[in-house]
Amino acid sequence: MKIPLHITVNGQPREILVEPTRTLLETIRVDLGLTGSKEGCGKGNCGACTVLLNGMAVNSCLVLAVEAEGQEVLTIEGLSQGNRLHPLQQAFLDQGAVQCGFCTPGVLLLAKSLLDTNPHPSEQEIRTAIAGNLCRCTGYDKIVRAIVAASKQKVAP
Amino acid sequence: MNPFEYRRPKTLRETLRLLAAAKDGAKLLAGGTDLLIQLKERRTLPSLVVDIKAIPELQRLEHVSQRGLHLGAAVSLNRVLDYPLLAQHFPILAQACVQLGSLQIRSRASVGGNLCNASPAASTAPSLLCLKAQAVIAGPGGRRRILLEDFFQGPNQTALGKDELLVEVFVPTPSPSSRGCYLQLTQRQEMDIPMVNVACLLTLGRGGRCQQARVALGAVAPTPIRARRAEALLEGHALNSQAIQEAAEAAAKESSPIDDVRASAEYRREMVKVLTRRALQSCLEEAASP
Repeated sequence: MKIPLHITVNGQPREILVEPTRTLLETIRVDLGLTGSKEGCGKGNCGACTVLLNGMAVNSCLVLAVEAEGQEVLTIEGLSQGNRLHPLQQAFLDQGAVQCGFCTPGVLLLAKSLLDTNPHPSEQEIRTAIAGNLCRCTGYDKIVRAIVAASKQKVAP
Repeated sequence: MNPFEYRRPKTLRETLRLLAAAKDGAKLLAGGTDLLIQLKERRTLPSLVVDIKAIPELQRLEHVSQRGLHLGAAVSLNRVLDYPLLAQHFPILAQACVQLGSLQIRSRASVGGNLCNASPAASTAPSLLCLKAQAVIAGPGGRRRILLEDFFQGPNQTALGKDELLVEVFVPTPSPSSRGCYLQLTQRQEMDIPMVNVACLLTLGRGGRCQQARVALGAVAPTPIRARRAEALLEGHALNSQAIQEAAEAAAKESSPIDDVRASAEYRREMVKVLTRRALQSCLEEAASP
């Protein structure tokens, strides 16, 4: 039986009906049509489905949509402000930190959660923090460089 | 996933009522990082999933000075790690929590879930065994409190009845003069399940004499275990390299590992010795440099 779900996604309040078996990732991708969040492993190993739930990075494949009742979700679609890229997005472009792009939305959101709590992380702290985000292109060095570069910038107002 | 009903009770009483009514068809959901995988792989087919995160008691995280830490069963690992007194009073628990899964996993996963899932390799178990943690369990007949070492009954089996739930883990504050260490051996540096994990907690008196010793092992027996012979070899004796070596060898003999995808039994037993030795050595070094 479907249950009414009230969530705020990228600043917009949404009300939809979901089955209890629906994952938050399925709701984001299928019910809301926001396909920036990816499904890699579906088991919490790869981090491609990372979104921010009340500001905390989670694997949306391991959260039931109904668990997010009343909470705020930030997906990659909500990271920029209109056409103005988030400093992390700009840094990823500048550093060439995107290869196939499949891991990129998850890495960006994980990096945002890191910089929100630790604005100037060391390289080692960055590497530890992104341990749950697999890049099958193995482009980790440029990802780390981009996060370092973004952390050195003044955060956009 | 097979269809199930979802409930999010706000009180323990309501939760116990749901569990009783569901017979054995209910599964409790805290962080979901183990349960959702089991649901997806149809390894469990509950008719009811009870989300316990809205129950205030299960979100309790409070250190009562001199006594201990009340760690609600649904508190996320990241919340535990952010708790200011954790590293000060319970460093071996902090060392275990920070090595469990990824940041994303730790946003959701709880110590209570790690224990109730009852993997022999549960990251938080050896440290909590050393800390003499107690499981506070609620059921239809009221509350009961058992030592964590009696909580684990076998792989993925706990002392919880079908109509009971873990309310909190109570972790007594160890003596200020105690020294501890948690070590885990994994193939990868991050995001891996231990092949072996070891915790130890020693109370050292004058002249380095070991007054009290706790050594606990994970992933090398059907449940996380205490290495009691190793503890007995340490207690009452001066902690030196010979005592450490003997205790490490005793711990290896007390383990009963199996061959599996992560490591062979023989390698695991050898690594129990190595990790126990290193953990005890670290306590000795820490005690020497106040």
